[in-house]
Amino acid sequence: MTTALPPVAQLTAVAWGHVIRTGLIGAAVAVYACLVGIVPTFHERPMIQGIISLGQTALVLILLGTGYLAARRHAAGLTALTAGAASGLIAGAGVTLLVIVGQLIDLRAVFSPASPALYDVVTFELGVAGAWIPAAFGIGLGMAAGGLSLLAPAVRRSIVNGLLAVLLLGLFAGLLRTPMLGSPLGGLARLLFASNGLTIAGAVISFVLVTAVSHVPRRVDIAQPLADLPAPQRRLLTLPFLIGGLILLLVIPQALGPFFAQVIALVAIYVLMGFGLNITLGLAGLLDLGFVAFFAVGAYTVGLMTSTAEYGLLQWPFWAAVPFAVILAAVFGGFLGLPILSIRGDYLAIATLGFGEIIRLLAGSDLLKAVLGGPRGIVNIPKPISVPPDHFLAGPDQIYYIALACAAGVAFVAWRLRASRLGRAWIAIREDEDVAEALGINLVNTKLLAYMLGAAFAGLGGAVFAGLVGSIFPSSIDLFVSINVVAIIIIGGMGSLPGVVVGAIFLIGIPELFREFSDYRFLFYGFALIAMMRFRPEGLIPSTIVARELHGDAEPEEPEEPATGPAPSAAAS
Amino acid sequence: MPLLVADKVTKRFGGLVAVRELDFVLEEGSIVSVIGPNGAGKTTFFNCVAGFYQIDDGTLTFDGMAIQHMRPDQIAQLGIARTYQNIRLFTNVTAIENVLIGQHRHLRSPWIASVLGTRGVRAEEAAALDEARRLLVFAGLRGRGDVLAGKLPYGDQRRLEIARALATKPRLLLLDEPTAGMNPAETGGMTKFISRLRDELGLTILLIEHEMRVVMGISERITVLDYGEKIAEGTPREIQTNPRVIEAYLGRGYLERQEQRQRTAAGDTAAAGET
Repeated sequence: MTTALPPVAQLTAVAWGHVIRTGLIGAAVAVYACLVGIVPTFHERPMIQGIISLGQTALVLILLGTGYLAARRHAAGLTALTAGAASGLIAGAGVTLLVIVGQLIDLRAVFSPASPALYDVVTFELGVAGAWIPAAFGIGLGMAAGGLSLLAPAVRRSIVNGLLAVLLLGLFAGLLRTPMLGSPLGGLARLLFASNGLTIAGAVISFVLVTAVSHVPRRVDIAQPLADLPAPQRRLLTLPFLIGGLILLLVIPQALGPFFAQVIALVAIYVLMGFGLNITLGLAGLLDLGFVAFFAVGAYTVGLMTSTAEYGLLQWPFWAAVPFAVILAAVFGGFLGLPILSIRGDYLAIATLGFGEIIRLLAGSDLLKAVLGGPRGIVNIPKPISVPPDHFLAGPDQIYYIALACAAGVAFVAWRLRASRLGRAWIAIREDEDVAEALGINLVNTKLLAYMLGAAFAGLGGAVFAGLVGSIFPSSIDLFVSINVVAIIIIGGMGSLPGVVVGAIFLIGIPELFREFSDYRFLFYGFALIAMMRFRPEGLIPSTIVARELHGDAEPEEPEEPATGPAPSAAAS
Repeated sequence: MPLLVADKVTKRFGGLVAVRELDFVLEEGSIVSVIGPNGAGKTTFFNCVAGFYQIDDGTLTFDGMAIQHMRPDQIAQLGIARTYQNIRLFTNVTAIENVLIGQHRHLRSPWIASVLGTRGVRAEEAAALDEARRLLVFAGLRGRGDVLAGKLPYGDQRRLEIARALATKPRLLLLDEPTAGMNPAETGGMTKFISRLRDELGLTILLIEHEMRVVMGISERITVLDYGEKIAEGTPREIQTNPRVIEAYLGRGYLERQEQRQRTAAGDTAAAGET
């Protein structure tokens, strides 16, 4: 049925089936968000001070989205507004129904968040007397979304940008405000941001400003002339931006404080591992779900060699231990690789999954307790650079810089490898093992090298992690580390180095910044992965080639007749 | 001197004998076709030569060296390259990268040097890129190098597959139905291209082909397989008149009818009765 509908803005009569279905989906999403506790938990944080909380924002967005999806296929003004309002009403009525049912039956036995506090959030503290409020909001927001769908695309985009700006500024208000208060921008911070969330003025200003700016027609398209420039000049022009970005990265810990630095250090560690898995998975196509094993080898090696506490063997400085950690991880990669490299596809994933679990269990086992410390792990791993406590490198900043430097180095290695004979051999194996072999590529050696280099990067990640945390426990070697890294690559884009960075920021950095909502971390993961697979299977920043394949769009250049083969039409008669 | 010698090669799949005691000699610098009805064991024989299948009996000798126990990559290193009946390009990379991958066995840079970007690596990469461009031009794919291999038109994909095989600098090229799915004009172009491979590059070419115009046009010798056995061997002219070949392709009934027709038509002039 859905397929019979025209894609955009062509319906002249309200397609009630579509509207009702969209509304019901919206209702389901809204009720789900309430019952799993997203709405009440997010309510703790204000979005715009005294107006709306983050939890309420979530509901508003759901209602707006429902209305927009229902309305956008309708061409005429009245039908679009009707469709939006009707579906919004249905979605809102779902929440209304929840409030009424919740009054009659105590749902808390099954859904613990279904408390009076939840009902207060959705009814603006009126309880059951305000049960009509969500439905009314549904009509209003649905109609607004319908109106939005009628606007010219350029206008609509500007307004959506404005709303997005308000949303992002509200989310990051706390983080932005603290460093700004101490700087010349303090006055601006006080105007825009409340203690958490935006002030009313801040919301209005940012919305109006961003909407206006994005509505100004773009006078010059920068990208195209830039691409047309000869390479040396282009490099000269982009150089200042690169240097600026670098300086920005270097001053972040000073500007935004140690918490931010720690988050970025963690992101950088995942970027390291992501680059590693990008070789095994993104280039050579070997799905490794036990990647954490190499991370563990790196971390424990550093722990054993440097720790000044029990189980520390050598008390070496951090830097002396790192090469051993990397090499040992690579050797482990070789050990794991040899027996399982003839396994293909899904079976390989299962085998590596098992390997990761074995390493985790071994690390925490009684068997190796005398060496690895069992569940108590290894503590007192020294900081990589020992400085007096008041030095600017004393805190987590130090690990931030080290992780950043390692990530940059590894990115360079990965980039060079991709463009080399070995990188091409990996891609050949990913694309078609048999053909690769028939072209003279030794499968065992090439795959083993992919495994070992990937493992070496993971080992470096583990080593830096040990330096960051100062200790290593079996509980750090979680299956979720492996899954995180795989998810980073999938979300970022298979085989794409910038994709790994973006994926790590998205999946590691942002959840770390919203620690208070960590209960919903994996909900967010699942949602993000499903959305990616549905809407952008090649990843956020795909390597250019992958993008062209999956979208199947026309080739930019339409070449003329082939040089040797005659035109096909010659044979038609 | 024979380049490839098959001696009593047998390949079984369970109870099915796909190739039975095949004897076959391929002279260096020749173009030889293997023909036969569907399921005759032609592609199976190719896969045995290329090392995809381990043969169950007999020996395969390439340039005096026994290859029947070698892996495909080792055989490729010796100088045997192939194309596939159903085109098997690396579809998600560009045409020129397909050719570069084909050059793998001639590039020597260790990965450490590639990471460091030494002068030797840069020179080698530049030379490889030049060679790849040259091969694309030779295969008639000038200007198509940056197109994803999977997006090329069908005929170009066939030619790119050959260019990729040429990049390994083979001595023996195995072509598995290079004109399959082509229209007559494209087929003509491909036939000329195959002749050029031998004449200009000095390759030895073994060809599986169904299109008789191609087979008869360019092969010096033809080997006919049926049910895994060699039923005939000879020049195109010999094969065309060989009764067993006609029988295999057209059935016994056809032969008998034709004999009958000949007998009745040539009732009196029946002098030259050779069996």
